[in-house]
Parts: sequence; structure tokens; C-alpha cells
Amino acid sequence: MDIQILYKSGLIIVILLLSLVIAMYATLAERKIAGFFQDRLGPNRAGIFGLLQPVADGVKLFFKEEFMPATADKFLYVLGPSLTMLIALLGSAVIPWGNTLVIGNNVFPLQVADVNIGVLYVFAVTSIGVYGIMIGGWSSNNKYALMGAVRAASQMISYELAMGMALIAIVMMSGSLSLHDIVAQQHGIHWNVWYQPIGFFVFVICAFAETNRTPFDLPECDSELIGGYHTEYSSMKLGFYLFSEYINMFISSAMIASLYFGGYNFPFLHELGMSHNWLTIVGTFVLFAKIGFFMFLFMWVRWTLPRFRYDQLMRFGWKVLLPLAIVNIVATGVIYELFKK
Amino acid sequence: MNQDSTKISLTNRSKVVSNKKMSFLESLYLPAIFKGMFITMSHFFTKKATVQYPEVKRPVSDIYRGMHVLKRDEEGRERCTACGLCALSCPAEAITMIAKERLESEKHLYREEKYAAVYEINMLRCIYCGDCESACPKEAIFLTDRFVPSEVARDNFIYGKDVLLEPKDAPIDVSKRQTPEVLAFKKDKTQLHNK
Amino acid sequence: MFQVYLFLFLSCVALFSAMMVLLSKKPIHSVLYLTLTFFALAGHYILLNAQFLAVVHVIVYAGAIMVLFLFTVMLLNLNKEGQFPKTTLVKIIAAIAGGLLFVVLIGSLKSFDLATVSNPAVSQIGLVKNLGKTLFSQYLLPFELSSILFLSAMVGAVMLGKKDKE
Repeated sequence: MDIQILYKSGLIIVILLLSLVIAMYATLAERKIAGFFQDRLGPNRAGIFGLLQPVADGVKLFFKEEFMPATADKFLYVLGPSLTMLIALLGSAVIPWGNTLVIGNNVFPLQVADVNIGVLYVFAVTSIGVYGIMIGGWSSNNKYALMGAVRAASQMISYELAMGMALIAIVMMSGSLSLHDIVAQQHGIHWNVWYQPIGFFVFVICAFAETNRTPFDLPECDSELIGGYHTEYSSMKLGFYLFSEYINMFISSAMIASLYFGGYNFPFLHELGMSHNWLTIVGTFVLFAKIGFFMFLFMWVRWTLPRFRYDQLMRFGWKVLLPLAIVNIVATGVIYELFKK
Repeated sequence: MNQDSTKISLTNRSKVVSNKKMSFLESLYLPAIFKGMFITMSHFFTKKATVQYPEVKRPVSDIYRGMHVLKRDEEGRERCTACGLCALSCPAEAITMIAKERLESEKHLYREEKYAAVYEINMLRCIYCGDCESACPKEAIFLTDRFVPSEVARDNFIYGKDVLLEPKDAPIDVSKRQTPEVLAFKKDKTQLHNK
Repeated sequence: MFQVYLFLFLSCVALFSAMMVLLSKKPIHSVLYLTLTFFALAGHYILLNAQFLAVVHVIVYAGAIMVLFLFTVMLLNLNKEGQFPKTTLVKIIAAIAGGLLFVVLIGSLKSFDLATVSNPAVSQIGLVKNLGKTLFSQYLLPFELSSILFLSAMVGAVMLGKKDKE
């Protein structure tokens, strides 16, 4: 029992650090990829290939002036970015990063908490993710920030619905809310994406909207809202906001990979003839490769598509995605009943 | 007559905007989105346009008009005689100078009997037109292919002789600007500037 | 033992934030304290081994309803004093209504038999499987009726939101 607690604490720290480091290098990757899409090279001066660029950015942000508007709500102004960061990191708790490691008689699952409501937990975390943005936007006492906060709130609530509906179809198929079970059922190449293409489509679009990435970056919206909810933020407080976006992206990619792309499963898993522990390690790398692909997709889309207009965003969420997700649920139910036997 | 047919097309890429109703496939936007994604991805693998500046420099034209240089003659004496023609010709009024008479002991320093004790160009005013170069009768001032570096204070952009003057041990090559045609042009008495 | 401390902590948080909902001057602070209260209650659900309820509580109340509250309060800009008429009549009515609620709460607590409560750690009713089975067998009719209630609420909202045809 003690060794399990020790192991879990270690795992929590490792996953926390891993999320932070991945988010850190996601900022570099974003700039590099943006550069490549625009026929540029991107940052390559700090260290080889610009590998020290995130460190330089972090140092720069730390030494920037801490600005606080005189009319801001002091406590909430600080609470906003902290909350955003906290909630962004919370999601990693239930994602199965790999199968189990068996050492001696002890079984070590590569998942912090295998709760029986894992999917709902992630859903809850994303649904409260809007608080940091709303609190920050409101407490800045700036109309652009408030506009950004209001947009974030309505956008996230609207797209959460379609996201939840897309998830329900997955839950109907797997018969479990535990992420561990859902991943374990997508054995080999039996990934959910083959059975749930519409659900996958809806889920990915909603994930884009929930992480406030282009084409759904209306809460930030540099050109009309001057940064939206973080207009008044500077220094590391701004850094927290920007950084949590990348953590959110990482967690979303991990969710997409786990729910639809089999998580740590990969084809011809058992034909390789490796031992259980080695399979787990390879599976974890496979999962991270999938996550990397989806993070690339996030960036690819960002540097391709223009931003939605606000009414288009709402119409798309309520009149296209939500009905599509509901039709998907019905279709899943009918097909499941027909082919159960 | 139809207006479109008379319009001159510059690039042949312009399209007439139409508000025609989209077909179902178009209204899904998905083909358009994938097309866009494909275009960006093709750019991902194209050759990059970046020039890694301090290490690699873009080639500039032979007669590129950059930072000025005050030339010395073959014996290392300053050519400028502070006649003030450059300042006069300067459309931006960027050049100022203070002339001084050469002493007997300074013969090895200055070629002419009069020289510029102070010669200043305000690089923020300068428009790099090269009129000073054309006006100079002594072939003392030239524009070079060197860039004016960035500064953090305006005062630093007023370049004096310490910056402008050609170092004795590192002469700056302006032979590409001093072609025979240019020299002939300068000596042409029929032209306005030599009358 | 650990659970007892957790219970005490969560209860303190819940009570404190519930008090602050009433006491804080700015409406936004009240809304945020209310959200904190909901989180403390969700913690209590987890202590009672009702994880599904806890998560649904967070999703529905903290994630959706309170966000809409916050949304509305932010837009209304209720910071100015004296927007509500606080006449003596209103105060008396409020005191009577609040007092009645208080009496009802005390009455229900007095008639409550603590012995019937089973050990929450052993009880599995809060887990999603058992809850689903109970809902869809024993309480199927009330469950479906409540969904009709929601549908009627939705239809009503759409009716209100529709523009009048001139």
C-alpha cells in the first residue's frame, strides 16, 4: 500500500512536469510551425534549432513589469490566471498514459486515478475552465477584456453541449465512463474513430472551441479585442494565460487520442512478441506520438483557417454541431441494437 | 459596353465577386477547408525565404545607396575640402559642416587647403538619394552598400567624421560606383552641375 | 480520521462561502462564493462515495448555471448601490419568507432520524452503475417526467426568445 502511494505521488509529479515541459515546447513548436507554414524558419537563435527559446521567453516574461489596472479587482485579478492554470493541469489526472507496469508482485498503472466517471471528470474540468477567463476578463475593468470574457463564456457553454453529446455516443458503445476501460476496449486497431467518425468530427471541433484556438479564438481575437480577456495582463500573469492554452491543447489532444484513437493501443500489438512491460512502454510512446500529431493538427488549423464571426460561431455550434451530435447518438443506438447479436 | 472587358488586368488572377448560391457541397465548407489545409501543408515543405542575416547577407545592387563614406586619397589624406556643395544639394538638409584652413603641419592629413573640421550627417533625415555624391567635385563622399545600424537614441544617428571617414588601414571600395562613365559625367562641363 | 478532517474542512468552506454570498458587497463576489459553495458540496458528495453526483453537480451547477449567472451579473453591472428599493415592507416580507424557510429547515432536521443513514463508504448507491439502474427501473416514471419538464422549459425559453412578427 505504501509503495502504491509513493508511486502515485511520483507519477503525479512526473505528469505535472511533463505537461509543463510539453506546453513549454509546444510554444516553440507553434512558432516554428507557424514559420514553416509561412515560408519562414521560425525562432532558431536561442540554442540549437531555437531549443532554448521557451526558456528565454519565460525569463523575459518574469522580468516584465507587473502591471495592474488601478480600478481592477485586486484579488480576482490575481485569481484569474492562477485558476486558469490550475484547471488546465487538473485534466491530466484521469488520462491513462499507458497500460500497467508489473514489477514483482506490484502492478503499477500509468494513470493517476482510474475513477469510474473519468469521462465526466474531464468534462467537468473543461466546463469550469471558463472561470479563469471570466474572472480575469471581468476584474480587469476593461471593456475589451469584458467582451472577451463574455464571448468565452457563451462560446464554451455552447460547444460543451455538442462535446458532451459526442461523448455520450462513445459511452454508449463502451458501456463505461472510465477512461481506462474505454481505452482498453479499443484494442489493436479497433479504434473508436472507425465506429464514430461523426462523433470524432464533432468532438475535435468542440475541442478547438474549448481551448479557444483558431478558428474559435474569439475570446482573444487580437484584431478586434486586442487580446480579449488578457488585454490588461502582463508579465507572468499573462504568461499563465498563454501557457495554460498550450496545456489545454495537450490535454485535449490526449483526450482525443484516448477516446478516439485508441490511446496507448497500436496495431499488431501482440504480433511483436514483447513482454508486457515493454509493450506498455512502447504504448506510452505511441500515445505521445498520437498526442503530438493532434497538437500539430491544432497548429496546422490555426495557421490555415480564419476566425469565425460571432454569429457564425453560435449558429455553427447550436444549429450544426448539436443536431449532428444528437443524430449521431440516435444512429449509434440504432446500429448498436441491430448488430448487438 | 461591358465594363469588365475594357478593364486592364494586371495579374490575370483577379476574380469577379459573385453572390451565387452555394451548392450543398460548397456550403459544407469541408472541401474548401481541406484545400486550404493542403495549401498550407505544401508551404510547410517549400524552400524557406528566410535569409540568416548576420551570417548570410542578401546581395545588394552595385550602386546600392547605403551609409556614406568620406574617402581618402592614395596617400591617406582626406579628400573633402568643405566646399559645402553636398550640404547645398542635400534635399533633406541632413548635412552640416564647419570648414577650417589647413595648417602647414597638417599637409599630410588633408589634401586641399581647406578641410572640414566637423562633418555631420543626420542619418534620420537622410533619404539616401545620392545627390551629395553627384554634387561632390572632389570625389570625397560616396554612398556605400553598408547599412546604418539601429540605435536606441536619436542623438546617436548624427554621424560625425569618426564614423563617416574611411579608416586609413581599411579602405572602403567604391570602385563600382566610380565607373568611367560616372567620372566622365562629373567632368562634363555642358551639364548644369559643372557650370 | 482523515475523512473526518476533510469533512470538517469542507463544511467550514461551505458555510463560510455561503455566508459570504450574503455578506459580500459586489454581486460578482457573491456569485463566485456561491460557486465555491457548490465545489465544497461536490467534495461532500465524494466523501459520501457518490462520485457521479459530485461530478454532475460540478458540471451542471458550477460549469453551466453559475457561468450563466456570472455572465448575466457581469453584463448587468450591479455595482451601484440602491438599485433595489429597500422599503420597510420589502424588508418585512423578506424577513418572514426567510424565517419560514429557516423554520422548515429546523423542523425537517428535528424529524430526521440519524440511525437510518447507512455508512457512506459502504453504500454504493452514488456510483454511476447503481444510480443508473435505480433511475431507470425504480424511478423511471419520475425520471421521464422530469425530462418532459425540461422540454417544456426549453420550449418556453424558445418562445420567449423568438422575435415577434410585426
